[in-house]
Amino acid sequence: MEAGEERAQGARSRDPEREGPRPAADPAQVAAICREHDDRPDALIEILHAIQTRFGFVPETAVPAIADSLNLTRADVHGVLTYYSDFRREPPGRHVLRLCRAEACQARGAERLAAHLTTRLGIDFGATTADGALRLETVYCLGNCALGPNALVDGERLQGRLDEARLDRLVDALCEGADS
Amino acid sequence: MSAGGRRVEVPGDSAGSLRVYVPGDSAGSIRVYVPGDSAACSVGADETARAIVREAAARGTSIELVRNGSRGLLWLEPLVEVEREGLRRAFGPVDADAVPGLFDAGWLEPGAAPDHPLAQGPTDAIPWLASQERVLFARCGVVDPLCLDDYRRHGGLVGLERALRAKPAEIVDEIKASGLRGRGGAGFPAGLKWETVAAAAGDEKFVCCNADEGDSGTFADRLLMEGDPFSILEGMAIAGLAVGATRGFIYLRSEYPHAIRVVRRAIDVAREAGWLGRDVLGSGRAFDVTLRVGAGAYVCGEETAMLESLEGRRGIVRAKPPLPAHAGLFGRPTLVHNVLTLAAAPFVLAQGSAAHHAYGCGRSRGTQPFQLAGNVLRGGLVERGFGVTLRELVEGYGGGTASGRPVRAIQIGGPLGAYHDVGDLDIEMDYERLVEAGGLLGHGGIVVFDDTVDLAEQARFAMAFCAHESCGKCTPCRVGAVRGVEVLDRIRAGEDREANRALLESLCGTMRDASLCAMGGLTPNPVLSALARFPEDFEGSPRAGRGSAAAMAGRQEDER
Ligand SMILES: Cc1cc2nc3c(=O)[nH]c(=O)nc-3n(C[C@H](O)[C@H](O)[C@H](O)COP(=O)(O)O)c2cc1C
Ligand code: SF4
Ligand code: FES
Repeated sequence: MEAGEERAQGARSRDPEREGPRPAADPAQVAAICREHDDRPDALIEILHAIQTRFGFVPETAVPAIADSLNLTRADVHGVLTYYSDFRREPPGRHVLRLCRAEACQARGAERLAAHLTTRLGIDFGATTADGALRLETVYCLGNCALGPNALVDGERLQGRLDEARLDRLVDALCEGADS
Repeated sequence: MSAGGRRVEVPGDSAGSLRVYVPGDSAGSIRVYVPGDSAACSVGADETARAIVREAAARGTSIELVRNGSRGLLWLEPLVEVEREGLRRAFGPVDADAVPGLFDAGWLEPGAAPDHPLAQGPTDAIPWLASQERVLFARCGVVDPLCLDDYRRHGGLVGLERALRAKPAEIVDEIKASGLRGRGGAGFPAGLKWETVAAAAGDEKFVCCNADEGDSGTFADRLLMEGDPFSILEGMAIAGLAVGATRGFIYLRSEYPHAIRVVRRAIDVAREAGWLGRDVLGSGRAFDVTLRVGAGAYVCGEETAMLESLEGRRGIVRAKPPLPAHAGLFGRPTLVHNVLTLAAAPFVLAQGSAAHHAYGCGRSRGTQPFQLAGNVLRGGLVERGFGVTLRELVEGYGGGTASGRPVRAIQIGGPLGAYHDVGDLDIEMDYERLVEAGGLLGHGGIVVFDDTVDLAEQARFAMAFCAHESCGKCTPCRVGAVRGVEVLDRIRAGEDREANRALLESLCGTMRDASLCAMGGLTPNPVLSALARFPEDFEGSPRAGRGSAAAMAGRQEDER
């Protein structure tokens, strides 16, 4: 894995299945979000978080709008956007499940669950199911290392003491309720 | 919600305490504590809280439900406490399904249901807790995290009030005399840092709280942020007064959504109450705190990368000098500390440096919140003075592995810490003795593995993690870690083992000596300790382990 190079080139989790015309962000909306942060360049990461919360990801079209508002170059904004693993540049699917695969969860069987998930969903980590219901991601430590294996659902809901059965129930609920 | 014609509120989320008041019920006040902490909620505490409210309403019993932090007995979560006549009794783990049965057993009555299988007796008498030295975590799990009255009743703000009466140099001297060392990993004497920042010239200075807590196996910062956030804000304010800073930043990782909510709210509460802001507790002196959320980069826990990130840039490590103490955030003198270091300041100021110095041993003074994690039966937070043995922690508190198999390896201090074998169980845990044992204390995380672990795989994971998280600034780390993965793969495949082993050792030497920061510099720790202590794992075909190599392979998929 050439992590350093990847970062330098800005290659980040790109899901081939979901390539195609990228949805656009309304520059006016982006500018409004920047204004809420007083157009401060040091608030760039906060702004990217806010845009991702709003759109589910950070659309490519947001980059020039942010650069204009904060008086940065597009390359500056692009560099930050691609450096941090939180930021997605394509729509993520209706739900995101991030499985912790760091040491303490490994010690409690996280890799068995990782294999179970990829087999069951038929996708690898970093990809979304064909119906767009669920995206699977890796995360390193959720701060619940005594109660692993752990997963974070939709960036909000932490689930501990996972085993195959609990994980299956969780995935079922996410996939079934995906449209609601 | 309406239950039997009585009005009851239902707790919406883990942050809200509430009263279930049933008109006509004349019973004395019954307080029930259900942690709103994310560990407790990850195993059903919200559902448990709702079930308790439902049952209480259905049975016509008035209760006050408090969403406290966690007591740190994580294996018992959700740990519910019932307070009657000033005594708190614990029950755990309490699933929502167990709630009706507990009501049937009359658990809300004073001293009731002592024989219930979930009954743990008076909380403060649970040996796991009673034997600890809770200083930093004295209030955590005891109080309502966002209730300032609770905070004051339990000794909060005494330190800040004393600091407001003292001269800055007196505060610095108190911290120096306490022997407090940084809890973020390096253990640098805090007082010296405070002195340096206080002496630095600058029209503006900052206090930065490092709440990035990226190490696997650690969760003390999170527990404290969710369970006693005011202690961190108070510590930051004291530090601000000492070094002459009027603004503080908290850099909190995005993987902690609940901690973000609690800290954000705590800042608002402290501002409204007038102890953060332009006029701290009516002193005429200013100190305010801004919360910033990270974006998923382990290296942003490194202090200079954190400063870059706080300035809105990529988290690339800065060369030192200049030290952040001289030129840190926006080029201004900046005091950077871990959450736990800052949270120790109120105690030092309130109780005096001697009270802090009395805990611990040798040059490691005070208490250390150890975090028992991984394959351990009774995981959680153990705060003890430095010098407690690894055996007491892993076998005593931890009770051995959760799987019931023998302990084989213990990684101490996060992903940059060494793997130890059971021969190290008698180490007395302090900064110096861990270094003598070829390891480091780091942030105090202890990850237990049973005998199914494959240390060659763990070594590979360490290299792959470094390759993935490297900020890319220097070659030994950026390229070295990638080569390290390749060499380990060859060793694991049995190719030219002697030559590749020598290559790995020389590669690790280069990383250790020539990396700009501890990311590349300390990654050899887990690799070489695994190789030295578990050579058999590097000799045969890969063990049928759980496949941490696959954990990194999965990440590669993410990266495509
Ligand atoms: C790769 C890397 C990651 C780090 N992560 C953290 C972290 O998450 N939290 C932290 O407090 N310190 C972390 N540190 C240590 C910080 O650089 C710094 O020493 C510390 O925040 C200083 O605070 P202290 O004096 O209270 O220990 C990390 C260091 C490195 C090299
Ligand atoms: S050692 Fe690694 S993380 Fe640290 S500065 Fe060098 S490349 Fe960056
Ligand atoms: S290692 Fe998985 S939560 Fe910490």
